[in-house]
Amino acid sequence: MPALWRSTFVLVMVLLAISRPSLASEDTGNGTENTITTLPIVIWKWEEIHFPYLVALWVLVSWLCKLVFQLNPCLTRVIPESGLLICIGWVLGGIIYGADKVQTFRLQPFTFFFYLLPQIVLDAGYSMPNKLFFGNLGAILVYAVIGTCWNAATLGLALWGCWLGGAMGNIDTGLLQLLLFGSLIAAVDPVAVIAVFEEVHVNEVLYILVFGESLLNDGVTVVLFNVFDAFVSLGGAQIDAVEIIKGIISFFVVAVGGSLVGVVFALLISLLTRCTKNIQIIEPGFIFVLGYLSYLTAEMLSLSAILSCTFCGVCCQKYINANMDERSVSTVRSTMKVFANGSETIIFVFLGISAIDPSIWVWNTAFILLTLLFIFVFRFIGVFLLTWILNQYRLVPLDFIDQLVMGYGGLRGAVAYGLVLLLDENKYKEKKLMISTTLIVVYFTVMLQGITMKPLVTWLKVKRAAVSERTLAEKIQNRTFDHMLVAIEDISGQIGDNYMRDKWNNFEEKWLYWLLMTPIARKSCDPIFNIFHKLNIKDATSYVKEGERRGSLAFVRNESKADVDFNKKFGADFSEMMPYIMTENMGPDHVPVSSILRDSVPSVCLDMHEQDLKMRESEDFDAHHLLQQHLYKGRKQHRHRYSRKHLEVNKDEHEVQEIFQRTMRSRLESFKSAKMGVAPPKKISKHLKKDQPQKMPNGKSADNSKSHAYGDEDLEFSEGDSASGCEAAGGSFPMRAYRGAGIVNPAFMAEMDTMDPMPPMQQIPSWLAEAEVDSSNMVPSQRAQLTLPWTPSNLRRLAPLCLSTHSNDSFLLADSPATQEGISELPPPPPPQDGQGQGTHK
Amino acid sequence: MNLWFSCFLFIIVTPAHIVRLYDRFEALDKEKTGHLRPQDFGAINRLAMNPIGDRIIGAFFSPGQETVDFHSFVRILAHFRPADKKHPKDPSMPEPVNSRTSKLKFAFQLYDQDKDGKISRAELLQVLRSMLEMQVTEEQLESIADRTIQEADLDKDDAISFEEFRKSLEKVNIDHKMSIRFLR
Repeated sequence: MPALWRSTFVLVMVLLAISRPSLASEDTGNGTENTITTLPIVIWKWEEIHFPYLVALWVLVSWLCKLVFQLNPCLTRVIPESGLLICIGWVLGGIIYGADKVQTFRLQPFTFFFYLLPQIVLDAGYSMPNKLFFGNLGAILVYAVIGTCWNAATLGLALWGCWLGGAMGNIDTGLLQLLLFGSLIAAVDPVAVIAVFEEVHVNEVLYILVFGESLLNDGVTVVLFNVFDAFVSLGGAQIDAVEIIKGIISFFVVAVGGSLVGVVFALLISLLTRCTKNIQIIEPGFIFVLGYLSYLTAEMLSLSAILSCTFCGVCCQKYINANMDERSVSTVRSTMKVFANGSETIIFVFLGISAIDPSIWVWNTAFILLTLLFIFVFRFIGVFLLTWILNQYRLVPLDFIDQLVMGYGGLRGAVAYGLVLLLDENKYKEKKLMISTTLIVVYFTVMLQGITMKPLVTWLKVKRAAVSERTLAEKIQNRTFDHMLVAIEDISGQIGDNYMRDKWNNFEEKWLYWLLMTPIARKSCDPIFNIFHKLNIKDATSYVKEGERRGSLAFVRNESKADVDFNKKFGADFSEMMPYIMTENMGPDHVPVSSILRDSVPSVCLDMHEQDLKMRESEDFDAHHLLQQHLYKGRKQHRHRYSRKHLEVNKDEHEVQEIFQRTMRSRLESFKSAKMGVAPPKKISKHLKKDQPQKMPNGKSADNSKSHAYGDEDLEFSEGDSASGCEAAGGSFPMRAYRGAGIVNPAFMAEMDTMDPMPPMQQIPSWLAEAEVDSSNMVPSQRAQLTLPWTPSNLRRLAPLCLSTHSNDSFLLADSPATQEGISELPPPPPPQDGQGQGTHK
Repeated sequence: MNLWFSCFLFIIVTPAHIVRLYDRFEALDKEKTGHLRPQDFGAINRLAMNPIGDRIIGAFFSPGQETVDFHSFVRILAHFRPADKKHPKDPSMPEPVNSRTSKLKFAFQLYDQDKDGKISRAELLQVLRSMLEMQVTEEQLESIADRTIQEADLDKDDAISFEEFRKSLEKVNIDHKMSIRFLR
């Protein structure tokens, strides 16, 4: 369902985003259509819909291009995707130009800045590795602010020098215009940089520096652009010291103000997600809408929209990831990627298409070549200079190779192109030259530098990102290191980074968590706990995979010698964690998209497994009380003695007796129905498919919004009647087997669940009597019960709907030996107690 | 002071550092005895809030000793100097205190309070409890501890030896994590 939701959402948003102008035309269309002579059956309405239609087609075409490349891995290994997309853009542009003789499609600055860029920026901010980013914020800011100013100033001045020297022939320009040109082309483009750097896995410090710089300096470059644009409008004569100072002030106000707007919106989002529990379906929408609003608001206030959106994403990610439901988080994450990647693709394709238009090309060899040269050279000089300064202060200095890669990674991209299109042709006589130069620079950097980047990184032996598996030991140790450094700073009486970080952490824990996080989320935000949680989930997955490798989870039931260790080891971990697995979200990062798109078999199995474990867990923890309410008191008393070695648990007389009775009764039932010739369960094979929808409520069942999960389930059952009952039972087969292994007889369970939450002992006679009348309470659906075990009232509501005792019969028959085994062999008890056993015995 | 200088020139290179640390040492040493006692460290307010503060204080005192003089004070702090990349290690010299191994040793002994060369489950639990106490229940703490030991424990003795400790942190850039800039 999230997948469906996501895709529809994407479609709708894309269509909405692009069809805005078309609404107007639709209105006029309706106006003219009033005069008809006869009733048309079908009419051709191309004029009305052509705009959104074309846009949608373009989106489709660009994405198809991407698809085509991905089919050809050899190509993408050599040429970065961005380059390939530009090439495709050329081809498409050529076709269009060939057909129309004029370039009808162009990347409009408005479209670019308001429909394509925001999601990229938001995504970049949202998926920014926070700790790394803030840890290197100083360096990033130095590169982004000073570096960009340096690039702009040096390029502008150098070009001006060459222009004065007459190297460029006769162009109508001036110092300010060249500085403006310098500033618009100064910024390293995040789109291009990410596209390239994502493919070469450089070490994380280098990555965050390049990435952070490219993101922030976009904001800076737009500000610079506006300042210089204003200067050009003022004219050289009017500019005095006051204006320059004003320009500098406005630069900082715009940049800082934009960031502040972003932070405010981040706070808003975090606060909002605190209380969106009940509208989970549109919960992810808030992130996008508010993120977009942060962009627009900043733009409205003429502050830096890019910075605003970036900081909004960076600041809110931690809190919204903790606050929102786990599924909403993965929805946000993947939708964000769809948007960002999608518009990135469109941007590159259109960068290519825009080039095939003779009307924009003005060639001036000297200007273009000099620009290329200066950009390249000054980028390197700037990086070396700034790094040298930074290295005086950095704990871990950047080495020479890192600097080389940073310098070489100065790719220019779509932001520059968007800005250059914004120029006013009346003021800038050489606008076309600037456009062509920008395009050339973009192509040069994206294509050439992009292609050579990977070989260069390999050749220079740049430190790659360590593919490290995060372990608990590491995490704990990291925490210790943090505390240690703070303590040492305290002892040696210095106020350093660690001190500041510690202060901030304290502040965050004390106030921000309180303000911005739901109480449940607060608990889960501890990093050690988090990694523990993630490891457990990983274990659970591998556990299930292991099971599948052997055929099915039935190996759990068999408990062969080899399994015991495995079982014990992981079982212990699960059992401790399980109640938290759902109440907690998946943790801020690295939830693979596939986790919600998992193919049917594993998901079902895992799901069942979780359910199973949760069931066991609920005995230990008082999170969900069903078993406590429904099981024998005798059981409860003996429970703490459960272990693999103590088998006498089930020797409780009453219990054995009841299990016996129930088993007998189930046999009786099945016998009866078999006799009556009721249809055998022929739909077993379908059960996996059918289980898919049920998975959802399953997942939900443990989070805090059980209520509507059950709503869903109820609905499903009322529709799915007998078939679903049967299939559900089939689905839960392995699990039942597991239960059969010494814990609870499934049939027995089923009975329990359908009964009123009274002490079961008193109920025995009544249900025995009842059984004759209401055979439907005979295993209405094992699956269903396991899915919603927590609220007896629901079960009572469910019971009448499940009319299908008959179809379960063969299962029951098949199972009854197993359940008998459960009693007679008394297999090892479940791992939870094992975990505790380990705990206490050590 | 001159005598000390020669002693640990190899630890902290610039005299400015030594002077600065000496000032700090004297500030901490309220009774001007030339030695620091644990309560002198305890007087540092912020250190009292540090969950493992007392362990760190403990690390300054070698077993059986009640006081620490300036020499050892600096020696301990020298663990936190960033490794010097420009001067490659001289194999003939004794291993410097800011090498990876000695940094790890320092971290290890914060856990290993009974100095038996192993982090037992109880010792790990203690540290965990002090670092996590508010958020997590005791059962979870225990299972986290179990899990951590399981991860690192190669010889299955339910304790982490120094070798295992080092192995488990093999991928961590200790020099980044256990260095303080101003001691450079």
